[in-house]
Amino acid sequence: MTAQGDAPLNPGRRAVLKAGAAVGGAFVLGFHLPLGRGAPAKPAAQRFEPNAFIRIDRQGLVTLVIPQVEMGQGIYTGLAMVLAEELDVGANQVVLETAPPNDKLYANPIFGLQATGGSTSMRAFWMPMRKAGASARAVLVQAAANMWKADAAACRTEQGQVIHDASGKKIAYGALIDHTAGVTAPKEPPLKAINTFKLVGQSLKRYDTPDKVNGKLQYGIDVLPPGVRFATLALCPEFGGKVDRVDDAKARSLPGVRQVVVLDDVVAVVGDHMWAAKQGLAALDIVWKSGPHATVDTHEVWKQLRAAGEGEGVTAKAVGDATRALSQGERIEADFELPFLAHATLEPLNATVHVKPDSCEVWVGSQVLARAQAVAAKVTGLPLDKVTVHNHLIGGGFGRRLEVDYVETAVRIAQKVEGPVKVVWTREEDIQHDVYRPVYQDRMAASLSGGRIVGWRHRIVGSAIIARWLAPAFQKGVDIDAVDAAVDLPYELADMRIEYVRQEPPGIPTGFWRGVGPNNTVFAIESFMDELAKKAGKDPIEFRRGMLEKNPRMRSAIDLAANKSGWGQPLAARHGGRVGRGICAQAAFGSYIATIAEVEVDKDGEVRVHRLVSAVDTGIVVNPDTVIAQLQGGLIFGLTAALYGEITVQKGRVQQSNFHNYRMLRMDEAPAIEVYLIPSTEAPGGIGETGTTAGPPAVRNAIFAATGIPLRRLPIDRDVLAGKKDAMTGRKTA
Amino acid sequence: MITLHINGQEKSVDAPEDMPLLWVLRDIVGLTGTKFGCGIGQCGACTVHIDGKPTRSCLLPISAVGGRPITTIEGIGASPEGARIQKAWLDLEVIQCGYCQSGQIMSATALLASTPKPNDADINAAMSGNICRCGTYVRIRDAIKQAAEAKQ
Repeated sequence: MTAQGDAPLNPGRRAVLKAGAAVGGAFVLGFHLPLGRGAPAKPAAQRFEPNAFIRIDRQGLVTLVIPQVEMGQGIYTGLAMVLAEELDVGANQVVLETAPPNDKLYANPIFGLQATGGSTSMRAFWMPMRKAGASARAVLVQAAANMWKADAAACRTEQGQVIHDASGKKIAYGALIDHTAGVTAPKEPPLKAINTFKLVGQSLKRYDTPDKVNGKLQYGIDVLPPGVRFATLALCPEFGGKVDRVDDAKARSLPGVRQVVVLDDVVAVVGDHMWAAKQGLAALDIVWKSGPHATVDTHEVWKQLRAAGEGEGVTAKAVGDATRALSQGERIEADFELPFLAHATLEPLNATVHVKPDSCEVWVGSQVLARAQAVAAKVTGLPLDKVTVHNHLIGGGFGRRLEVDYVETAVRIAQKVEGPVKVVWTREEDIQHDVYRPVYQDRMAASLSGGRIVGWRHRIVGSAIIARWLAPAFQKGVDIDAVDAAVDLPYELADMRIEYVRQEPPGIPTGFWRGVGPNNTVFAIESFMDELAKKAGKDPIEFRRGMLEKNPRMRSAIDLAANKSGWGQPLAARHGGRVGRGICAQAAFGSYIATIAEVEVDKDGEVRVHRLVSAVDTGIVVNPDTVIAQLQGGLIFGLTAALYGEITVQKGRVQQSNFHNYRMLRMDEAPAIEVYLIPSTEAPGGIGETGTTAGPPAVRNAIFAATGIPLRRLPIDRDVLAGKKDAMTGRKTA
Repeated sequence: MITLHINGQEKSVDAPEDMPLLWVLRDIVGLTGTKFGCGIGQCGACTVHIDGKPTRSCLLPISAVGGRPITTIEGIGASPEGARIQKAWLDLEVIQCGYCQSGQIMSATALLASTPKPNDADINAAMSGNICRCGTYVRIRDAIKQAAEAKQ
C-alpha cells in the first residue's frame, strides 16, 4: 500500500524527450541531454525497427514512440516504462518521441482512432506496449543466440544487453542490429511475469517535467516559426450567428495591425504581436447577424430537458423485472441535475498554421492528432501527406482538445494570411466558444424493502456526444458514454432498468469533459444511494456494503477509505459550522475507488472541504506517484465543478467569460488529500478521470450528513444551504 | 525603443508604451516561458518578478516597468530561492500539464525570498492568485515547505 507521503521514489535518470513531427525531419522541442549524447539521424538500414513503437540504433540508443499525447497525466512516462520493461532496458537508456498523426499505426484500440481521452491510455495500451517490447526483445535474444550458436532459451537480458551465462558472453542491443535481419518475431512473445517487473510499479521520475520548471518546454502557444504573425479572433457571440458587416478602418490604422480577416462566422485581426491583434480586435466595429439560436436560454434548455425526461427512455440495460419490483416496498424517487460546464484549460485554445500553395504546416496540441491533420487537409484541399502537424505537449486537455474546431478555424484564417500565423483565443473567446459538458437530468427511482433496495430505475436524459464524435458506436439509440457506470453498477441488484433519453440542447455544442458520462451518472447514483440509506435507517457505508457481497474490490476500497478517514468517529468544526462526512463508492474507468469527504457548512451556506480520503484499486499500477498525482488533481477538478461550475446561456450568449465569473478552486480552498493505493494483479484501470467523478458525490453526501439537506443539483446552491431556498423546488423560503 | 532589464541583460524593444510586458516578453523578446492565461490578472500564469516582487505581466504596461529589473521563469533558477523551488518541484513531482507552473514557481520563489519559513496561511496568501487547472495545490504546498527546509 502506498500512501501519499511515503510513496517510494526511485528515480531513474531522466531521459531525453523529443517531440516528433508528422512529416519530414524531427522537430526537437524540449531538448536536453542528461547522458551527453544526441540522437544522430541514421538511415533506416542502420537501425533495428521491429515495430512502430521502438527503434534501436548502432550506439544502442533506444527511441520509444509514444502513441498517446501528454497533457499532464504522465502517460509519456507510463507507456515508456511499460515498453522499456518488456524490452528490458533501463529508464535512462531511452529517448521518447511523440507519435506522428497516423490512425493506422497509432490508433487507440478502444476508440479505433488516434485519441487520448476517456482514461483509456493505460487500459488500451498496456498489452500492446508489453507485446511490442517483448517482441523486440525476443528478436534481439534470438539474434544473439544465432551469433553465439547458443540456445535462445539459455540467454537472458538485462539493461539493454543479451547475456549468455553459461559462456559468460554479453552483447549490447545496439551491437546486434546487423544480426536481426532474417530473425522473425514470435507471434506470441513471452511476457515477463508480473513479479519480475523492474520498472513497472516504481515511482520513476517523469520525462516531461524538467523542462516545465524553467520555461523551456514549448507548448503549441509558444511556437515562433520565422516570420510568424499573431492573430486573435472574435467568433459570433451568439450561437449560430454570422458576421453581417465589419468596419475595420480604425483597427487598420493602429500600429502593428497588419490585416483583418473576415470569414462568415469569425473575424480575426493579424498583427506583429498579440497586443496589436488584441487592440485591433477591440477597435473593430462588428455587426453580427443572428441565427436560429439567438434566443437560446438555459432556462428553456432545462424545460425541454425535463419535458424529455417525462417519457420513458430507450433501455440501455435491464435485469429482472424492474417495473414489478418498483411497485413493491416503499418507492423513493429523486431527480438529479448537472449544468453545462466549460473546460477552461489553462492554455487557451490556439493553433499556429502556415498555409502554402502546395502544403500546410500546423503547430498544435491535440488529443486527436490524426483528426487535426485531416481537418487541415479538408479545409485546404491538400492531400494528407502534404499536411505536417507538429504535436506539442498540451497545457490542459480535459476533453476540449478531443475536438478540432479550433484547428479548423485557425487553418481557415491562415488561408488568408501570407506566412505562418499564430491564432490565439482570448480567455473570453475560449470560455464562450467551448464544446460544453452537456446538461443532464437523472431520474432515479428505487423501492426499499427490509432495509434493502429491491427495485431500481435510472433514466439518463441528455446529449448524445458519442452520436457526433464516434458515430458508429451510437447504436440502438443508446449513448454508451452517457450511460457509462450506470449500466455497470458495483452493487448487486436483482431488478433494474437503465434508460437513456437523448435530448440535445438547441444550438449549444456539447462534448466530452473530464470524467465523461460517469461525471453525471456517478453523481446521481451515489447521491441517491445516501438518500436511500437514510430512508432505510442505515449508515451509508453499511448500506452499500450490504450490496457488495460479490464485489471484493469495491468492498476493500470502501473499508480502507473508512478506516483511514476515521469514519464514524466524531468530527470537530473548525469554523463553528455544521460538519459531516460523506462517501462516494465508484466503479468506473476500470478502477474501484472509495472517497470520503469531510466538509463544514457555515450559516451562509458556504462550504469548506477540509479533507478528502481516497482508497483506490486500479489494478496493476505502472507508476504509483503518477497515479496518486492524477487522483489528487482529479479530485480538485471535481471539487471546482461541485463548488462553482456552471455555464449559463441567455439570448444565445454564454454569460460567463473569464475566471472571475467562471471560478476555479484556488490554493486557499484546496483540502488536504490522502490517496491510498490497493495492491492488485488485475489489468490496469483508468485513472485520469477517476478522481474527478468521485469528488462531487462525496462532497454532496458530506453536506447531506452535515445539514440534512439533500442537494439535487450542482453546483452547490449556497442559498439552499443557508435555508434561504428550498432544495427541491429552488424557491425562496419565507 | 524602450530598454528593459530582463534576467540580467539589457534588451531594447520596439513596442508601444502601453503594451503589457507579457506580450513584449513572449512575442518580441521570445521568452515564452511566461504564459498567457486570462489577460485580466485572475490566473497568475503570467507572473514575473519586477524588482523581486511577483507581478502579473499581462496588466503591466512596459512604460510602468522603467529601468527596474525583470526576472522571468527562464532566469529564476539563478536565485538561490528559485533554484530551491525548482528542485523541490521536481523532487515532489508537482507538475502535471505544467502550463501554470511558471507562474506558480515565480510566486513561490517570491514567497520564499520574503518569508523564508512560510506557514500555511503565508502559502495561501501568496499562492491563491495562481490557478492550477490540473489541481496540483497539495504538492505545491508540500514543495514550498520542502524548499524552505532545504539547505540555503
